[in-house]
Amino acid sequence: MIVELGHFALALALAVSLVAMVLPLWGALRNDGRLMAFGPPSAVLQFLLVALAFGALTYAYVGSDFSVTNVFENSHTDQPMIYRFSGVWGNHEGSILLWVLILVLFGACVAAFGRSMPSPLRAATIAVQSSIVAAFLAFILFTSNPFLRVLPAPTEGRSLNPVLQDPGLALHPPLLYIGYVGFSVVFSFAAAALILGRIDAAWARIVRPWILAAWTTLTGGIALGSYWAYYELGWGGYWFWDPVENASLMPWLAGTALLHSVIVMERREALKVWTILLAVLAFSLSLLGTFLVRSGVLTSVHAFASDPARGVFILLILCAFIGGALLLFAMRGPQLAGGALFSPVSREGSLVLNNLFLSAACAAVFIGTLYPLALEAVTGDKISVGPPFFNATFVPLSLPILLAMPFGQQLAWKRGELLPIAMRLFVAILAGAAVMLAVLALSSGREAIAALGLGLGAFVVVGSLDDLRIRAMRSGAGSFFSRLFGLPRTIVAAALAHMGVGLMVIGIAATAFHEEQIANLEPGQTLNVGGIEISFEGMRRTTGPNFIATVGQFTARKDGVELMRMEPGKRTYVGRSMPTSETSRLQRGLGEVYLAVGDAHEGKLDVRAYWKPYVLLIWLGPLVMTLAGLLSLTDRRMRIAAPRRRVAPGAKPEPAE
Amino acid sequence: MSRRTLFAALAVLGLAGPVAALSPSERLADPAQEARAREISAELRCLVCQNQSIDDSDADLAKDLRRIVRERIAAGDSNSAVKSFLVARYGEFVLLRPTFSLHNALLWLLPVFALGAGVIVARRQFGNHRPVVDGAVRELTEDERAELARLTGEDTPPRT
Repeated sequence: MIVELGHFALALALAVSLVAMVLPLWGALRNDGRLMAFGPPSAVLQFLLVALAFGALTYAYVGSDFSVTNVFENSHTDQPMIYRFSGVWGNHEGSILLWVLILVLFGACVAAFGRSMPSPLRAATIAVQSSIVAAFLAFILFTSNPFLRVLPAPTEGRSLNPVLQDPGLALHPPLLYIGYVGFSVVFSFAAAALILGRIDAAWARIVRPWILAAWTTLTGGIALGSYWAYYELGWGGYWFWDPVENASLMPWLAGTALLHSVIVMERREALKVWTILLAVLAFSLSLLGTFLVRSGVLTSVHAFASDPARGVFILLILCAFIGGALLLFAMRGPQLAGGALFSPVSREGSLVLNNLFLSAACAAVFIGTLYPLALEAVTGDKISVGPPFFNATFVPLSLPILLAMPFGQQLAWKRGELLPIAMRLFVAILAGAAVMLAVLALSSGREAIAALGLGLGAFVVVGSLDDLRIRAMRSGAGSFFSRLFGLPRTIVAAALAHMGVGLMVIGIAATAFHEEQIANLEPGQTLNVGGIEISFEGMRRTTGPNFIATVGQFTARKDGVELMRMEPGKRTYVGRSMPTSETSRLQRGLGEVYLAVGDAHEGKLDVRAYWKPYVLLIWLGPLVMTLAGLLSLTDRRMRIAAPRRRVAPGAKPEPAE
Repeated sequence: MSRRTLFAALAVLGLAGPVAALSPSERLADPAQEARAREISAELRCLVCQNQSIDDSDADLAKDLRRIVRERIAAGDSNSAVKSFLVARYGEFVLLRPTFSLHNALLWLLPVFALGAGVIVARRQFGNHRPVVDGAVRELTEDERAELARLTGEDTPPRT
C-alpha cells in the first residue's frame, strides 16, 4: 500500500512539474505576478511528493519487502541496517530517484531562499528546473520504475552488490549527486537569464552561491569515491581514468572554471558569454555522465542499467536540454558582448588563464573518453584510450594552472604587474625551488617529473597561505592576528581551497616514491617495506553478518617495536558468490603501509605490501577544498537572501572574492 | 572504482578472483627485466576487462599476456618489439596508450586544438585597448544600479 502511494506520488509530481514548467515562465514573460507566484509553492510541492516517493521506497527496503522487484534484486535480510538503507540508491532505479529527489530539493531551495531575487528570474528558474524534473520523472515512470511488484513475493532477496556494502559507498552517491545535480540549478539560472534577456553582474551575484554549493559537494563526492577505490581495491590505486570517473571529473573541471569566471562577471561584468556557456556546459557534462553511465555505451560495469531504451531516453533528454540552451544562447548572443576591458596581466587575466587551461584539460578528458566510441562508430576500429593518454595530455595542461595560482591571488584587478608579485611571493618561490632541487638531488635526477610536481605543490601551498599573511599585513588596523582573523571568509576560503589543491598535488607527485613488495609467504616469514618489518603469522577464517572471510594475520614492527597487528582478508558474501578484498593499512604520518592478500595455497599466502609516503594528502587536499567551500558559503556576501546590516555610509563594502 | 566492480562482475562470470593481479611466481629473476615487464604490462589492456591493464587484472587472459610479455623479454625483445608482437596478435585495442597514427591523429591533436582555440578566444578578450566604440560596454542603467544595490545591500555599487 505504501509502495503504491509512493508510485502515485511520483506520477503526481510529474503532473505538477509539467504545470510548473509552463505557468511561472509564462508569468515571467508577461510580467504577471499571479502566474509567477505559482512557481515557488509548486517547487516545494514537487519536493514533498518526490520525498514521499523516496520515503516509500526506503520503507520497502528497510522492511525488506521483497514483493517489490527492486528490493528483491538489491537487498537481503542479513544485510546490516545501514546497507539495507543505502541499498535504496545502490541500483539504477533507486539512484535515479535519488537524482530526482536532489533535483527537486534544489528547486525547493530556490523557492525557499530566493525571496530577494527578482521574481521573474526566480519564476523562470523554477520553470526551467521543473522541466528537468519532468523529463527525469518521465524517464523513471516509463523506463526505470522502482515500484514494480513481483508476485508471488520471493522470501529472500538477492542482496546488495557486495562492493557497495561499504560506509564510503553509502555516502559517495548522495554527495556526488548533490554536486552533479547542483549544476542543474545553475543551468536553470542561466537558461532563465537567457530567456529573460537579463544577464548582468547582479545575476552573477545571485548564482554564485549555487555554483559554490554544487562545486563543494562534487569535490567531496569525487574525493570520497577515490578514497573508497584506494582502500577497497586491493592495490592502492586512487584514480583510473575510467570513463565513469571521467564523467564526474568533466563537470567538476567545468564547474571549477565557472566558479572562477563568475567572479569576473560579478566584479567587472566581463566574460558574460563565457560564464553563461560554462553554466550550460557544467550541467550538460553532468547529463552526459548520466547518459554514459546509464546507457551502457561504455559497456562499463558501472552501467548497472545496460538497457538501450534507457540510453535513448537519456540521450533525448540530453539533446533537448543542451540543444535548447545553446539555441537560446545563439539568440541572445549579441546582447552578451562587451564588458569591462582588462590587461592580460591582471586578476581578470589570471582568471581567464585559469579558465583556458581548465577548459582545455576538460576537453582532453572529453576527447579521450568519447574518441574510442566515435572511432568505433565511424570506422569500426577498436582502440583503447587509457591512463597513459590522460597522463600525457591532462597533466601538462594542469601544470600551468598550478604555476599561475599564487600569482593570480595577488594580482590587482584591471591591470597588475608580475615583478612586484614575484618579489612578494619570494617565500613560496623559494620553498618550491628548494623542494624541487632537493628531490632532484636525492633521486639523482631520475624523478624529474615527481620533483616538478612536489615543487609546484609546495609553491602552491606556501603561496596560498602567504596570501593571507600579505593581505593581513596590508589591511586595516590592529594586531596582525586580529587583522588575519578579520579577513573576509571568502578570501580565507579561496586561500585554503588553493592550498588544498597544492596538498593534493604533493600527494599525487609522491606516488613516484611508493614502494611495492609482492611475495608468497609461509607463516613465520617476514617482508620489509618502507623500513617497516611485516611478519606473517598465519591465517584464520571468520564469519560476519552476511559474509565469510579468510584473514591473514600479520604484525608490523619497526626496530623490533610492535606497531600494529594487521589483518587483511578476503570476503565472500552470502547471496552473491563474489569475493571482495579487505585491505589493512597502517598510518605513519601522512603515509601508509598498505597490505592486501591474494590467494592461499598449501599454507602459503600471496601478499602485496606497499609503502605509500604522503598518500593521505591525495584526499586531505580535496577535503580541505570541500571545507573551504563550506566556509565560503557561510560568508555573508554569499547569502544574498539573508537579512543584512546596513553598511555604514562611506564604508566601501568589499565584494566577495 | 570500476576495477573493483569489474572484479566482482568477472568473478560472477567465473573469470577471475578479486585480488592481487601479479602473483609472485610469475616474476622474472632479473630485476631489470622484471621492471621492464611491469612497465610494459601497465600499458597493455586486459582485453576481456574494462579499461584495466594486464598488470592490474587477475583474469586468466591477463595472466597469459603477462606470461607472454615476460617470455618475449626473456627472449631479448625490446619494449616496442614486445608491444608490436601483441598488437599483431590482438590488434591496437590491446594498447592503453593509443599510437599516433592517421586514425588517431584527431585524438592527440584535438586537445592541442582546444587549447589553441582557447588562446585565440582569450586574446580577443584583452586584444584591443582602443576606446570602446558605442555600446560595447554598457553602463548599468539607473534602474539596474538600484536593483543591484537592493540585492547586495550596498548603497551604490561602484561604477566600473
